[in-house]
This record gives sequence, C-alpha cells and structure tokens, in this order.
Amino acid sequence: MKTFLKYREIWLLAGIVLLIGLISTRFPGFAEPANLRQVFNDTSILMILALGQMVVILTRSIDLSMASNLCFTGMVVAMLNAAHPAIPIPLLIVIALAVGLVLGAINGFLVWRLNIPSIVVTLGTLTIYRGATFVVSGGAWVNADQMSPGFINFQRAAFLGLPVLSWIAIIVIALFFLAMTRTAIGRSIHAIGVNPTASVYAGIDVGRTKFMVFCISGMIGGLAGYLWISRYVIASVEVANGYELNIIAACVIGGISIAGGIGSVGGAVLGALFLGIISNALPVINISPFWQMAISGSAIILAVVLNARGERRQGRIILRKAEAA
Amino acid sequence: MTDTPAPRHIPDRLDKPLSSAIFSWEALLVVIASAIFIVNSFASPYFLDPWSLSDLTFNFTEKGLIALAMALLIISGEIDLSVAAIVALASTMMGMAVQAGAGTPLLALIGIVVGLGCGAFNGLLVTRLGLPSIVVTIGTMSLFRGIAFIILGDQAYKGYPESFAFFGQGYVWWVFSFELALFLGAALIYWFVLHRTSFGRRVFAIGNNPVACQFSGVRVDRIKFILFCLTGLMSGIASVLITSRLGSTRPSIAQGYELEAITMVVLGGVSILGGAGSILGVVLAAFIMGLVTFGLGLLNVPGIVMSIFIGLLLIIVIALPIVWRRLREGRFA
Repeated sequence: MKTFLKYREIWLLAGIVLLIGLISTRFPGFAEPANLRQVFNDTSILMILALGQMVVILTRSIDLSMASNLCFTGMVVAMLNAAHPAIPIPLLIVIALAVGLVLGAINGFLVWRLNIPSIVVTLGTLTIYRGATFVVSGGAWVNADQMSPGFINFQRAAFLGLPVLSWIAIIVIALFFLAMTRTAIGRSIHAIGVNPTASVYAGIDVGRTKFMVFCISGMIGGLAGYLWISRYVIASVEVANGYELNIIAACVIGGISIAGGIGSVGGAVLGALFLGIISNALPVINISPFWQMAISGSAIILAVVLNARGERRQGRIILRKAEAA
Repeated sequence: MTDTPAPRHIPDRLDKPLSSAIFSWEALLVVIASAIFIVNSFASPYFLDPWSLSDLTFNFTEKGLIALAMALLIISGEIDLSVAAIVALASTMMGMAVQAGAGTPLLALIGIVVGLGCGAFNGLLVTRLGLPSIVVTIGTMSLFRGIAFIILGDQAYKGYPESFAFFGQGYVWWVFSFELALFLGAALIYWFVLHRTSFGRRVFAIGNNPVACQFSGVRVDRIKFILFCLTGLMSGIASVLITSRLGSTRPSIAQGYELEAITMVVLGGVSILGGAGSILGVVLAAFIMGLVTFGLGLLNVPGIVMSIFIGLLLIIVIALPIVWRRLREGRFA
C-alpha cells in the first residue's frame, strides 16, 4: 500500500475524482457515464498532444512549436480536402502525419546537428510554422461548407459506443504506454533525461534520440492538426494560437518534470483530463468561462509545488544540507 | 630571451560555440542591422524620413524594456514567461483605477507597483520553494492574465485621462519619443549594472555555476529574487506605456509579448543556458527586430509573414556561427 501511494498518478487520479465529486454537488449530471465519455472525447486532442510533448520534455528538451505545427498541418489537410474531396480520409491522416513529421524533423535536426537549445529552435519555428500557414493559405479560411462530409464526420462516427476521436486517443495512449514501458527507445528517452552523460556511456545515441522525440512530437502535432480542424470545422491562421502552453501545462499537472527524466504516460493523460474536466465543468456549474485561465494557472502552480516535494533526489541530500546551513 | 612562463590565462567563462564565433556577437548584429537598414532604405522611399524612423522605434521600445530585465534573468539561468500577463494585469488594475477616478501620477504608480508585485510573487515561488522558473511562470502567466479576464471578461476599460497619453504618445524632443528616451535610459542603467558592478558579475557567476556561487558566499536566492522583481517592474513600466499608447485595456493586451521579448534576448547573444550575454547585444537585437517589422510593414508585408522573418532570423543568427566554426574545422556533419 505504501509503495502504491508513492505513485503520483494515484494522487492525481484521487484529485480528479475529488474534482468530479465537487462538481457533482453543484451539477449532479456531471458524473454520469455519458457525460464523462463526452469529457474524455473533448479532451482527446489535448491528451494526444500532451503525450507528444511528454517524450520531448523527458529528454530535457521542450517543443514550443506543437500548436503552430497543428495549425499548419490542419490548414494543409483542410485545403487538400477542399481542393480534392476524393482523397480518402485515411490517406489524409497519413499526409497529416507526414507533414507533421517533416516539421518535427526540422526541429529535431537543428537540436541534434547544430546543438541549438530546443527552447530557442522551437521558439523560432513557433512563429515560422504559423507564418507559413498564412503563406500557404494566403490568409484565407477554410470553412465547414468547403470540407467534405467525410472529412468532418470521420472522427464523429460511433464505434463500439465511442466516437472515433476517442478511439484514436485510446490507441495513441496504448502505443505510447507500450513504447515507454516495453521498448528500448522508451528506456533511452527516460535515461537521457535522468543522466545524459551516463546515457552516452551506456551506448545511447543522445542526439539521435532527441531527434526522434522531436519527430514523434511533430507527427503527433500533425495528427492533432487533422483532428482539431475536423472537430472545430474551421481552418485559419489563428487555430490553436497559444495552445502550446496548455499542452505543457497538462504535462506539468501530470507530474512530468521540466528538468527531464521524470514522468509517465498515465501522468500526461491525467494532467490533460484535469484541464479538460475544468473547462467542461465551468459552464455547467454557472461559473463564467473567463475564470478558466486563472483556475488552470493556479492548478499548474499547485501541481509544481506538490511535485517538487516528490522530486528531491537522494543523491542531492548532502548538498542540500550544506545549502541550508 | 627570458624564460618567464606566460601568465596563466583563466577564461572568465567556458568556451561556448556562441562566444567563440570569429566575430563578436555585437559586431555581427551591427552588420545585420546595417544591412537591413540599407535594404529598407532602397526598398521603400518612405523609410529614410525622421518621422518614419521615429515611428519605427515604437515597434520595440515596450518589448525592449522588458527584454533588458529578461536578459539579466536569463543570464542568471532563470526565465520569466509571465511578463506579457503581468502587462495585462497591470493594465487592468490601471483601468479599474481610472473607473475610480485616479489621476495620471497615481495610474502610473499603480501600473508599476502591480508589475513589481507580480515579479515578487514569481520570485518568491522560485527562490523560496525552489521551483523551476519555466513552469512557475507558465502557471503565473495563466493566473495573472486569468485575473485580468475575470475582472474584464469581454469588456474594455477606456477613458484614460488626457495627460496619461504622454507616456506612450508623447515626444521629449523633436522626433524622440518618451518611450525611446526611456528605453535608452533604461538600457544605459542595465548596461552599467550588468557590466560595471559586482552585482552584475554575480549575475553572470550564478548563471555559470549557482552551486559554486552559493559556496562562495553569493546570496544566490536573493539576487534571483531581485531579478524577478526587476522583470516584473519593467513589465509594469511597459504596461503603463502600452496602455497609454493604446488608450484602452483589454484582457488580451500584449498577447505573445513574452516570446518576442525572449527572442530579442536570445537574438542579442544571451545564452539561453545562462552565464553569457551583453546589454549592447539586446539593444541591437531590439533595433533589428524593429527594423525588420517596420521595413516589411512599409512594403505591405502582413504581420504574420514578418514573424517568419523574425523566426528565421533567430535560428539563422544562432546557427550561423556554429556552422561557420564547423566549416572551418572541416567537420560539418
């Protein structure tokens, strides 16, 4: 039981259950399965994005360009769909993954080959990718009436009681879970974050692994691009503006250490769900949606304070004592 | 020939790819700024007009003021992503004061004090609780702007007194705006503090090795706290200028300024990893960003396309010395 309670995911899950309980006292219908399924579906895109961001943060890097990548890729597939409605949706998804992969690979290449800190690279590509969206679209929007019905309805189709969007999120979560816990690349990603120098001696190619995590976050950004556009049925330059910080916030609330090496798939998913529940709950319990930003801000600060307590490493104790003295 | 050994040279910072570029960073920035200036004056007949050039400075003075303090903070190894949110909150508080009938001096004071308070809040969280600043300030960024949203919703504050407009729209002499004068004055102060005082040396030292500083008797936490307060203070001042220039407050004011201020700092040659940088570089970078956006604006290039140039400039300017060094060493991979 004691080791069980050590997992921060348990505490986060307890927090989420408590949150749902509190909301239910004001609005009893919130905890009903149908509504919770709706909340899960609403949060699917954020969960997917948080997982992509998680692998980057685990390697002591950061990807600020994910929302811009989402915006660019979303615009590309929306324009493709508007121009050639005959392209089947699975092919469009593959295109979205490929476009996202290219954008992610550019980030990864600059971090890997030129050794530029990732925060600088992705700060640059954040503005470049969003600007590129304007260039390819000429500033025009792609509206719902220009998109084919298949493009819009694919993620809404029900399958075994859940919309396809939820299933995509579940598949992505499962893939990340398998990759992070059962494969060598997952272990390498953790190892690099914990100790890059030791990782080199252990035979891990740190640069190449970093390149790969940016490719992963890029592909995720691309996938989320299609999902976002087909969900909100509008593609414009303003799509997901500033959303990169929501993604990072989900990771932080999920207990992923910005210093790298600490974090889990469950944490990222729960962190995203936490934000999703808040944004879904505010309207039904009659709190102005303008409160959402301040609430998630407070949640982030609280999460860091709580996580910092668990992150103190054994090896640092001597130094900390000396510092305190 | 005397046989005295050469005095042992102890470099005051580690050999970083940035600082070992063949030209000094500032020289590179001057070359880039001149190039953009010359291209601009050929590209548009309206560019070389004193009033045009004066308007140009409004593009960067407010962000530049924030960037000056941000530079010190980044050199010390921390970062503040909440600066734009501080601007929004300070502006909202000034708007509330206007509704209550406050006069111009009180308004400016409120803006500055709110900024300082927000900076102190960041500083306390980072130094007292030992939290990573990037995460803390992502949180306070939502919190500060969130409070502005709670207070204002989709409304706007207007009706600032006429004399308040001087800060953002006034001129001290001919084409020299109050904003530009304030920016240059602040730059001079920051230059002096960072490069000519022991406080500045400590900021560099903390950025290079905070643990060694701690053991050498440098009050690391106190200095970091002061730097967070300074960044908040500068954001408060910037908020007064922006609010005065726009004459209204919306909760979305100054959205995205944090990334532009950080871009300025990094473009100015400050190492994002801490420990290296100069105020001159930041000032030059501010001018470059102003030149690029204004020059492209005269050519009717939309703002969003300008951001591509800023992003490319950031990456290319940082990558160039690295690629150059590798080419010289003949091992480009």
